This record gives sequence, C-alpha cells and structure tokens, in this order.
Amino acid sequence: MQHFVIVGILVILMSILTYLGLDAIGLAKQMHPVAGSAQAASIDQLWNLEIIVISFLFSLIVVPMIYSLLVFRRRKDDTTDAEHIEGNTTLEIGWTVAPLIIVVIFAYLGAYSLGEVRRVDPQAFVVNVKAQQFTWVFEYPEYGIVSTELYLPLNKQVVLKMESSDVIHSFWVPEWRVKQDVVPGRVTEYRITPTLEGNFKVRCAELCGVSHYAMESSIVVTDDAGYNAWIAEQIAIAAAAQTPEGKGKLAAVQYGCVGCHSADGSPLTGPTWFGLFGKEQTVLDGSTITVDEAYITESIRDPNAKIAPGFTSPSVMPPYPNLTDEEIANLIAYIQTLK
Amino acid sequence: MKKFFSSALARGLFWQLIGLLAGAGLVTGIRALMGLSTTDTFFFTEPAWVLGGFISALFFLVGSGVTSDWIKWARGIDTPDHHEDHHTGWEKYINLSLDHKVIGIQYTLVALVLIGIGGLFALIFRTELAASELQFLTEDIKLFGQNGPQLYNTLMSLHGMIMIVSILLGISGIINYVVPLLLGAQDMAFPRLNAFSYWIAVPAAVLLLMSLFLGGFDTGWTGYPPLSARAPVGMQMFFLGVFVAGWSSILGALNVIVTVLRMRAKGMTAMKMPIFVWAAIATSLIALTATQLIGLSFQLVMFQRLLGMGFFDPAKGGNPVLFQHLFWFYSHPAVYVFVLPGLGVISELLPVFVRKPLFGYRWIAMSSLGIALVGFVVWAHHMFTSGMNEYLRVPFMYSTLLVAVPTGVKFFSWVATMWKGKISTPTPMLFVLGAIVVFLMGGLSGPPNATVSTDLHLHDTYFIVGHFHDTIFGGFVFPFFAAIYYWYPKATGRKMNETLGKLHFWLMTPSFFVLTFLMMYTGLIGMRRRIADYDPALGIDFYHLLMTIAGYLIAISVIIFLYNFFVSMKKGEKAEGNVWNSRSPEWQVPSPMPVHNYDQPFEVVGEPYDYGLKDSTYVRFVESAKSAHK
Repeated sequence: MQHFVIVGILVILMSILTYLGLDAIGLAKQMHPVAGSAQAASIDQLWNLEIIVISFLFSLIVVPMIYSLLVFRRRKDDTTDAEHIEGNTTLEIGWTVAPLIIVVIFAYLGAYSLGEVRRVDPQAFVVNVKAQQFTWVFEYPEYGIVSTELYLPLNKQVVLKMESSDVIHSFWVPEWRVKQDVVPGRVTEYRITPTLEGNFKVRCAELCGVSHYAMESSIVVTDDAGYNAWIAEQIAIAAAAQTPEGKGKLAAVQYGCVGCHSADGSPLTGPTWFGLFGKEQTVLDGSTITVDEAYITESIRDPNAKIAPGFTSPSVMPPYPNLTDEEIANLIAYIQTLK
Repeated sequence: MKKFFSSALARGLFWQLIGLLAGAGLVTGIRALMGLSTTDTFFFTEPAWVLGGFISALFFLVGSGVTSDWIKWARGIDTPDHHEDHHTGWEKYINLSLDHKVIGIQYTLVALVLIGIGGLFALIFRTELAASELQFLTEDIKLFGQNGPQLYNTLMSLHGMIMIVSILLGISGIINYVVPLLLGAQDMAFPRLNAFSYWIAVPAAVLLLMSLFLGGFDTGWTGYPPLSARAPVGMQMFFLGVFVAGWSSILGALNVIVTVLRMRAKGMTAMKMPIFVWAAIATSLIALTATQLIGLSFQLVMFQRLLGMGFFDPAKGGNPVLFQHLFWFYSHPAVYVFVLPGLGVISELLPVFVRKPLFGYRWIAMSSLGIALVGFVVWAHHMFTSGMNEYLRVPFMYSTLLVAVPTGVKFFSWVATMWKGKISTPTPMLFVLGAIVVFLMGGLSGPPNATVSTDLHLHDTYFIVGHFHDTIFGGFVFPFFAAIYYWYPKATGRKMNETLGKLHFWLMTPSFFVLTFLMMYTGLIGMRRRIADYDPALGIDFYHLLMTIAGYLIAISVIIFLYNFFVSMKKGEKAEGNVWNSRSPEWQVPSPMPVHNYDQPFEVVGEPYDYGLKDSTYVRFVESAKSAHK
C-alpha cells in the first residue's frame, strides 16, 4: 500500500513538472509560433488539453517503471523469483475502459474543434490560389489583380480557392495552424481569418519535386487602410501594363514563370532571364543555338527540346501548350527588356 | 574468395545482371523493329529498364538455385525432404539453406546491411541539414544525373524505403529464428517457400538501390502521383523493388501462419503459446492480406507511366487522391507489421528479467490482435488535409484514436509486470526498457495527429517525422537489438560483450531522445518534412546542429554494436546453457541449437511465464520411441 501512495504522489508531481516544462519551452499553452488566425485559437486550445493528458499518461507509465527499477531491483546474491502474480481482471478492464472514455471525449472535442476551424463567414471574400512547381500565384477576381504575394486585411475571413496545374502541393502557414493540400484536377478550399498583423510565409508542405524546399511565398496581413492602398496600387500597375512588355511581365507572374526564372541574374531552379535574349549557348545535345524568338517559343511549348547548359534532363519545367502566340510574344518582349 | 564466387548469392547476382541485360535488350530490340527510340538519358529506355528489372529478379531466383527443387518436381524428379548443409561457417549464410535458423540469420544479416545503407543515407542528408542554406548538396553538383537537391530527395526517399524493407527483413529474421523453436517444430511448415521468401528480398534490395543510379526519384517513400508519374526512371526501379519485396512479406507471412496453426507441440493450446507467437500471428495476418495493396498501387503508377493508363491523371479522368487511399490501406497497417513483433519481444523478455509472470497474458495476446484489426480501418488519417471528402475525417479520427486502447493495455500490463518484480538489467533488458519508454513517446505523440484539427497543423511537418521515428525505434529498433543480444547465445553458443552492449545502449538512447524531441519541436515551429533546406528566419539552425550530432552518435553506437556482433562470434564468452534462466523451451537444451532443433520433442505441461511458482515448468521433454522423428 505504501508503495502505491508514494508512486501516486510522484505521478502527480511528475505530471505537473512535465506540463510546466513543456509550457516553458512553448509547447503547451503558449505555443510557438504565436497564433495568427481565429482558427488557430481553437486548435491551440485542444492542443493544450492534449498536452495535459500526455503529461499525465507519460508520468503514469514512466514513474512506476523507474520506481520499480530502483525499489524492486534485484539484490546481490538473490537468485529467487519474485512473487507469482498472474494478472488482475478488474485492473485490465479498468485500463481498457478508462482510455476508451478519454479517447471518445477527445474524438468529440476534435470534431467540435474541426467545426470551429471550418466555420463559414458568409461575408468571406475569395482569392484564387494557383500552385505550381515551385511558386504560388494569387488572383483577386474582384479586382482582376494577379500577385506573387498574398495581401490580406486583418480580421476578415478569406476563402482561398486553390488549384494546382502539375503535382500536389500543400498550403501551410505555421502561424495560422491550418493546412490544406492543393490537388490537380480539383479545387480545394482554405478558410482563414487572420488576426495578427505582420509578414508571414506560406510554405509548401507536400513534397512537390526538386525545389520543394524553396516553395515559399510571402504573406502580408495589414489593417484595412494598408490593404486598400495595396489593392489600389496593384490596379494601377495592371492598368499601366498596356504595352507588350507590361503584359508579358504580368503573364510571367500569372503563369508562375517568376518562380524559377529570375529577372536580375540570381540563380533559381531555371535559367535567369537577365541578359538571356540574344545569347549564344551550347545546349545539352551539343548544338550551339542563339536565344531568339523561335528558341524561346520552342522552350515554352516543349521544355525538353533543347535544355540550357547546366540544367537537368528531363527538364523540371512543365510544358505550356495552352499559351497563345500573343502571350508568348508578350513574354518575349518582356524578356528582351531584361538586360 | 573462390568460395564466395561459387555461392548462391554470387550466382544469383551474376544471373540478375544477365537477366537485366536480356530483358532490356529484348525491349530495345522490339523498339528498334518498331522504329521507336532505343536509348535514353540512362542508356536504355524506361520500358527496357522496367522489363529488364523484372526479369532480373526472376533470373536471380533461378540462378541462385532457390527454385531448383520445384523445377525438379515439375519434371518428375524427387528430391530429399531435407538437404544436408555441406557449407560451414560464414558460407552457410550466402548459400541456399532450408533450415529456418540459417534463414533467420540470413534475414537478420541482410537487415543489418540495409540498416547500414539506410543509415548512411540519413547521415548524408542530416549533415546537409546541420545548417540552413545548401552546403554540399548544391545546385551545381551533378551525380547520377541529379543535382544536389534532387540527390537530397533521392537519398531521403530511399532512406525511408530501405529502412522499411530492412525492418520487414528484421522482423522476419526474428520470427523465422524464434517461432519454430518456441513451438517445438523442426522447421517452418514450407521450408522451400521460406528460403524463397528470403532470397527474393535480395534482388528486390538491388532493384531499390539501382534507383539511386538511374536519376533517383523525388517523391519520398510514399510515391504520390502526379509527382511519381513524372519522376526520372529511378522511380520505376523503386516501384519494382517494392513490388518484388512485397512477395517476400506475403509468402513469409503465409508460412508463419501455417506453421503456428499446424506445428505446435503437444499441449500448446492458444492461450499457452509464448506471447511472441501471438505477435507473430497478428503481424503475419496483416502482412498476408494488406501488402498486395502497396504492390498494386505502385503497379498502377508503373502502368500509367509505361502505357499511358491515366489511373491517377486528372487530365484523363484519373484521381490522384485514389492513389493515397490504396497506398495507405497497406502502408498504415504496415506500421503495425513493423511494431507488433517488437512489442512481442518486449512482452516475451520482460518476465525473464523481472522474474514474475507476464501480467494479464490473455489481454496482451488479444491486444495484439486488436491493434491488427483496428489498424485496417484507420488509413485515411494520413489524408486529413488531402482534399478527400471532408465528412470522412471524423469517422477516421474515431477509429484512429481507438488504437490507443489496446496499445494502452500493453503499457499498463508491462508496468504491472515490473511492479514488485526482482529486476535485473543486463543488456537485453536495457533495450527492452528503452523500447518501452521510446515507444511511449511515440504512442503519446500520436493522438494529436489523430485528432483532425490539431493534425491540420502537424501534418507533413517534422513533428510527424519525430513521432514515427519514436514509434519505429520503440516498436522495432530497440526490441530488435534486445532480441539479438538475447538470442545471440542460442545461435552461436557465445554471449555478446556486456560492456560494449551497455555502451551501445547508453550512447544510443539519450542521443535518440534528443533527436526525436527536437524533430517534434522544430516541426511545431515551422520545419516541414522532406525539405533539403530550411528558412534561416525560423531560427532553428542550432537545433538542427544538435540533431545532426545526435544522429552521428547513434551511428557510432550502431558501429559499436556491429563490432560486438561480429567479434563475439569468435571471441565471446562461452554460453551454452540457460544463460538468462528462462522457462522457454529453446533455453532448456544446449546452445547452439542442433540442425533439426530438439532431439526429443516436448509437450507443454504448464504456463509459459509462471516465474515464482514453485516446481512448475513450461515444457517437459518426452523420451519415447516417437522421438525418432526421422
């Protein structure tokens, strides 16, 4: 009996210490990173509850184990066996039923919390998200804006309608807690209500190929004034882009080209566009070509045709058979300006 | 050296190469006649590599002689029931043998080789992760047709699948060696099928490793399409390797089930079987019935690539999410295939070192079956964020959380077994204790992933990586080491060195705790799974450095183990008797075990774990005319 009392007290102490320890390093009540959405609040609450139960169960197993190891260890020169205890049906039923109850409670709480996370605000506005290897593109259908950055107003629910043109990606912002895969051939939905101002990053969470690690785009959450100013600025940029170069620059964002091809010479997954036009280069099959309209058009339609030096075969780039001749001409016009 | 080149292994590998060239050549020839391209980036075209790979596995089997007896039977030639092994020493293990003990050790040795290779891959990419930014796996390097990040993805993906295959071989090793001994059987029910199940895993491992040299693949071990439908030709070798390895698992499981059903000693009723046998049965039931699904799902992608069948291609009306259902229908139960034998080892060894009966034997036995059965209805918890029908998430949350109940029964019963025991802690017991605590960490970090809303945050982060390394180390790696230290004297007549064993344990265990705890911690902060590099702004560089150091310490501890393993065969302390003072039948006869196991059959006259009960034994050897079994 005495053993049980000591172990009981130790289990309680250990549970409290474990929980406090985990909380101190940001794994319980005060989660890292700081919650940044209304949906995160409900998730963090459930997480905290889970950590409490985990701390208790961890102690419930580890404390009697360590206690047994210390107190019931074999003494020197003792070669006899221990007491012959085969089992105890009441205990077994107890530790089957008790976890069953806990499990059902947690499943209920989990379903409830999922409901909170998915709660629909009828006022929510829509942003279309286009994912492709290795970029995110955001379209604001109300304003006709296309951007590589996601700008959102504070405390307003947004519905991201997400599509992928190649492989599966996953939209995850650690501060928002919620994650949703983006699957080719269907539209998946992501509802979020940002509650924290600042700069965040969406990080692709589903392995999507060579540069998966780099598939991160910036997110800015600001107050209404900042958001409206940004929208106005983007509309102005789009309106100004009436020249072929301007349209080409927009198309480069819209089709995700900028994810792999830099405009300033910095190395990304694909060849930089800076100083590209007119260059002579020896492609992978050994022939020497000049980067002109014909070559760029061919490379867009069939990236494997002539692979630029230093890049892998087969090409990482998907073919773009659906681009119109005009769109390609605009892109070429834009590339020509990059010197 | 000559002995090596004339071995079944060398002959098999030689014929595998011939088969590869023959198959690939055949396809290339047909393509040439049809006017199609005959060469590609990796010399042969993709269809040529696939057919060549498949034929290479068949050639290996025929060339190594595994199928010789069957071929003779088909031709109407009789062969003796038992082949007497004329090989001695190390040659036994690279030649064909029908003895379950030799096959068990063969499995274990290949498992150790693959753990070495998989571990080496892990060290390479863990080193790259020690600091943010790409250090040596950069975009500029070029190896096997891959740049740095591609190579990272290949190594990371192969680490996963090679370790999985090594685990499957490792559990087969323990089960093959131990189960017939525990049952009092002379061998497995189908000795030739048993040899076949082992040998087919060798060409499978070769095919898997070939993927590294054929452009690799960048999908992780899960091989989700559409990504896997566009990966380099290495992807096909990976699919083929897994497909062939699956045969090993399925046929091995069939053999175990028949052996346990038909070949138990007299008096060994279901509730008097050693507890490890229950675990072997539970794990074999899953392996026999679920493995087909991973083979098929990979085969579908293979056909999508080769023949343009758009199973998972949305442009052709296919559905990428369907693949995930098929894949996880095996791959979730598979983790129970990995851990159930390990949990069985814990339950088997604990009473020996505690000197007390196993607490609640029936409950532990039934919990293994319970885990196996519930394991079949939880697969979609891997898909909470996948875009499958939303309402499916809630029932799968309930079913998944239910797994906690039988698992909890095991933990509580183990603690109750230890309570008031007389506990000693030689090396095997240390690993049993380590296994319990590590598996507890894995078990407790599970429910937050099972609960949908918290999983929305945790899914595909490093938290998951930490969680499953805990479950696999607790459920397989620690018990595997415990089993090796424990049964080593039975196999060799010598003990492994205790000091080195303890050094192995005390180096590996704390390092492993640091490693997985930091994995979970950084995952919560924002570290994703399967990335070659991470954002320095996350502020987790220091944790990654610690994880890398911990990884190297684990590697050093395993090298110490390997040294101990091989040196002790010649130089270990002699241990021919009942070294652990166990009640189990295999320890009642001298070590090492003779070729056809027990010279006299035994019958079961008591309970397996009645430690502390005066004058009781589990088995009694019968001396009768019946014992002349040949």
